[in-house]
Amino acid sequence: MTTAPAAVEVPRLDRVGRVTQARVALSEWTKLHSLRSTRWSLLIATVLAIGLPALFAAVTSSHWGSMSPGERADRHPLDIALAGVNVAQLAIAVLGVLVITGEYSTGMIRASFTAVPKRLPVLWAKIGVFGAVTFVLMLPAVIVAFFVSQSILSKHQLLQISFSHPGVMRSVVGGAGYLVLIGIFAMAIGAIVRNTAGGIAAFAALFFVIPPLMNILPSRWNNAISPFLPDAAGRRMFSLTTGAHDLHPWPGFLLFVGYTVLAVAVAAVLLVRRDT
Amino acid sequence: MIHAQGLTKDYGDKRAVDGLDFTVRPGLVTGFLGPNGSGKSTTMRLVLGLDAPTAGDVTVNGKHYRDHRSPMREVGALLEARSVHTGRSAYNHLLALAQTHGIGKRRVDELIDLVGLHEVARKRAGKFSLGMGQRLGIATALLGDPATLLLDEPANGLDPEGIHWMRNLLKTLAGEGRTVFVSSHLMSEMALTADHLIVIGRGRLIADTSVEDFVLRASSKQVRVRSPAAARLRDAVAGEGVSVTSPEPGLLEISGLGAEEIGEVAAAHGIVLHELTPVQATLEEAFMTLTNEEVEFRAAEHQGEPPKEAAAA
Repeated sequence: MTTAPAAVEVPRLDRVGRVTQARVALSEWTKLHSLRSTRWSLLIATVLAIGLPALFAAVTSSHWGSMSPGERADRHPLDIALAGVNVAQLAIAVLGVLVITGEYSTGMIRASFTAVPKRLPVLWAKIGVFGAVTFVLMLPAVIVAFFVSQSILSKHQLLQISFSHPGVMRSVVGGAGYLVLIGIFAMAIGAIVRNTAGGIAAFAALFFVIPPLMNILPSRWNNAISPFLPDAAGRRMFSLTTGAHDLHPWPGFLLFVGYTVLAVAVAAVLLVRRDT
Repeated sequence: MIHAQGLTKDYGDKRAVDGLDFTVRPGLVTGFLGPNGSGKSTTMRLVLGLDAPTAGDVTVNGKHYRDHRSPMREVGALLEARSVHTGRSAYNHLLALAQTHGIGKRRVDELIDLVGLHEVARKRAGKFSLGMGQRLGIATALLGDPATLLLDEPANGLDPEGIHWMRNLLKTLAGEGRTVFVSSHLMSEMALTADHLIVIGRGRLIADTSVEDFVLRASSKQVRVRSPAAARLRDAVAGEGVSVTSPEPGLLEISGLGAEEIGEVAAAHGIVLHELTPVQATLEEAFMTLTNEEVEFRAAEHQGEPPKEAAAA
């Protein structure tokens, strides 16, 4: 108004595209791989998914001679091969929570929702990208874990199981699928809670605290309720044997998908409604 | 163009924005003034749809912000609170946002150069100083070459050189025909930058006017008079609606009369004058006058510094 402005050249842009789901997905991919915490969590999950079964197999193999028949019967080769899933799920779940809550704690969410004000495409893209990345890393990891642990156990005829044995392939792929669903479930919790510590605590309560607490219930109640908890339902995906009170693998899988869809639906409704 | 109608926002039982009506026009730098905690940041979040209004409505370029197909083409925003993931580099931050609109890497590089972050573009944004953070925010706002800019306290944390650069940038952008809406609690900064002012206090509209009119409206039309016969002059001008103070011997500050009238009275009484100066209120004074009754945290005035922005999470 008072003086003529000195030139600050702002370069013009010929074309700006529309916001599409595919573009938001590419953006989320950039966000995911450009954080150190993501790379570390995924590396740890992969190392655990392969390393733990290898370690478990090596220990079992070296102690086999001194084990009682009862102990030997307790060792199932598929349980050894998929032992890493139980631990990798922690890294995946924490990362799933962080993918959302990291944006809230830093304020990035305001930039994300300013670029994509309809908001839901951001949630779908996060689910899609994180789910795909988890599957692409975890499927090879559990397959490698299966063959590595089998080759470590090759001396022991009792601990050999073929990949083509009924239910084995389903369990191995199911292990990777379980981790994908865990990641999405954790992400939904993160979107609902919007706080890293709270999100991780809520996840841990649901998957690690409540299931063992069920043991204080009368066993008839416990047996009636426990199989339907998210944790128990999800684990059917990578279990070869089915106990008396357990769901069968496919119903367990479907129930776990149902829980995940429910959590995502709640997250989506809140995401659109709440102030940022 | 930003158009707000009866815009209202409550947080719990606290009313942060109260029935705002205003229009921000293209081609001008419009200053958005108000004391800290007066609702400026909330208003900006409402414009962007980050918060939903309790009542009323606000549109950008004719539509609700969220209904635009290329939102970053319509509005570029710099919010007061940091909106950057601390673990991501400036380059990747900009790239991720650009990708939502199909904007390429070349644009990202251009803007990093424009705001002078070339050296640190690959460093984590969490290590940035406040000033660097503001520059990154400006780059973010300009990514989509937007028709409207919404900048919340852009001068925060900038050094004098940066403030000068920012001032020129805002004027250039307005000169290109864009709508530039920039909030500040610093009157002096707005006096140099803005063409038009929207002033709020406690969430209510106090003034929507040009900078000159704002000063004129609030100025008390004082005249400073120096005379060896100050006491005689004081008696001579006394009358209905005229008040005179004397901060030091021989000096009078007279309000309620114009300089011409005072000069004529002095001549009629044969009083010698050494100085006869109409004093115009500065923008700062005008602002203080107009917002005085609206200032929420009056206690802070005694400490001589503005209170912190009320935390509206």
